[in-house]
Amino acid sequence: MKHLLSTRDVTREEAIQLLDIAEDMSAVNDREVKKLPALRGKTVVNLFFEDSTRTRISFEAAEKRLSADVINFAAKGSSVSKGESLKDTTQTLAAMGVDAVVIRHGASGAPQVLAQSGWIDVPVINAGDGTHEHPTQAFLDAFTMRKRLHGAGSRGKGLDGVKVNIVGDILHSRVARSNVWLLQTLGAEVQLVAPPTLLPHAVNTWPVSVSFDLDDALAQSKPDVVMMLRIQQERMHDAFFPNEREYSNMWGLTQERFYSLPAKTMVMHPGPMNRGLEISSAAADSPQSTVLEQVANGVSVRMAALYMVLTGEREVTHD
Amino acid sequence: MTARAIMQATDMQRALTRIAHEILESNRGAQSLILLGIPTRGVTLAHRLAEILESIVPGSSVPVGSLDVTMYRDDLYQQPTRSTAPTDVPVSIDDMTVVLVDDVLYSGRTVRAALDALTDLGRPKAVRLAVLADRGHRELPIRADFVGKNLPSAHGERINVRLVEHDGEDGVEIDEVMSV
Repeated sequence: MKHLLSTRDVTREEAIQLLDIAEDMSAVNDREVKKLPALRGKTVVNLFFEDSTRTRISFEAAEKRLSADVINFAAKGSSVSKGESLKDTTQTLAAMGVDAVVIRHGASGAPQVLAQSGWIDVPVINAGDGTHEHPTQAFLDAFTMRKRLHGAGSRGKGLDGVKVNIVGDILHSRVARSNVWLLQTLGAEVQLVAPPTLLPHAVNTWPVSVSFDLDDALAQSKPDVVMMLRIQQERMHDAFFPNEREYSNMWGLTQERFYSLPAKTMVMHPGPMNRGLEISSAAADSPQSTVLEQVANGVSVRMAALYMVLTGEREVTHD
Repeated sequence: MTARAIMQATDMQRALTRIAHEILESNRGAQSLILLGIPTRGVTLAHRLAEILESIVPGSSVPVGSLDVTMYRDDLYQQPTRSTAPTDVPVSIDDMTVVLVDDVLYSGRTVRAALDALTDLGRPKAVRLAVLADRGHRELPIRADFVGKNLPSAHGERINVRLVEHDGEDGVEIDEVMSV
């Protein structure tokens, strides 16, 4: 794997290999010495053009546990226009001799541009770009599902036949997009549940079914996993729903809805949560909730992703 | 490519039994011993050795684990990306005698990686090395303490250790490959 830009171009074999390596990485996180020497002497830069706490910290922990040297670059407040700033920043980093770039950017496609531009010839990992993709989040979600379903026997398995409902703001969600492609590759059946205003136009071309009614969807599809998405106030520049209370009543995992679910239904949320809006505390704090497992698994999955893009023979480029 | 059989199932069983006796002799018994196999076939051999040890010393129990060395290898950038295997060490290795178990000893680089991996897990009293076949061509100052069979071989040859658990039968054979 040269880059990790999108879950759309990951094969099933690669996906399962990454999840299996993440299994072994997670064992390291329980050890006294939480460190492996695999990336010793490699420098990884975390290039964050957009605010993030958990993803950046998670990547940083993953990089350090693999013994890489870490440079954190926060471009907060940068007013330079996208194309130029990205180019200049990247060329500066290339001149410093970094070995991999983890990038989060507000513009969809920025990591792709970076990987193909020729400004820098190192592996690129997408840590979230605009409303496009967030591949490591999808991998940690898949890892969490697989671990809950198969436990110690997870190795080598996909998510065949697992029914997943992704609920909420699909339109602005890169997490939803990455999950849709990866879950499909792993054999899961995905249903999106959202108000029509929060679904993208192209949703009919996606490998999913769609429902506008959460109660119907839960009753009919009997999902193994309910993944609630965050209402992204910062990307809401339009009236997508009348008010928060109505949204919560119609599409939130309220206490009543949560108690009507079977006890084995997993409740997921990528965080940070808006408690009382898309998810009730009863659901978020229940044993069925995987929210904290998702955070812990994030480090393991990112270790696996870094290991996969950074090791192996480098293609020799002649130019 | 021709394959030449070197060890049959019974040869392998005898070699493992002898190794088990040698381990007991050098350790003066089965106490404070742990066998750590290097995946994949080393783990299987470690389990077989533990069974033999426990049958020689009735009432003894020898812990067995697996030690994946992928992250400690020195060729991570020369080979295609390697998949990892589980590391599972059931008890603390502090003050124990660790016997590393692998199928074939060749360059010694895997064992070097294993020694580094052990350092991150604890401080054993001693570390020993048991291998089913030693084919020579060492690239590091490493030797085995317990050897099933010495197999002088050429670089271009491949040693295949076949085990019932993985390959349906026991045996060791040499593939004579022309190109290196």
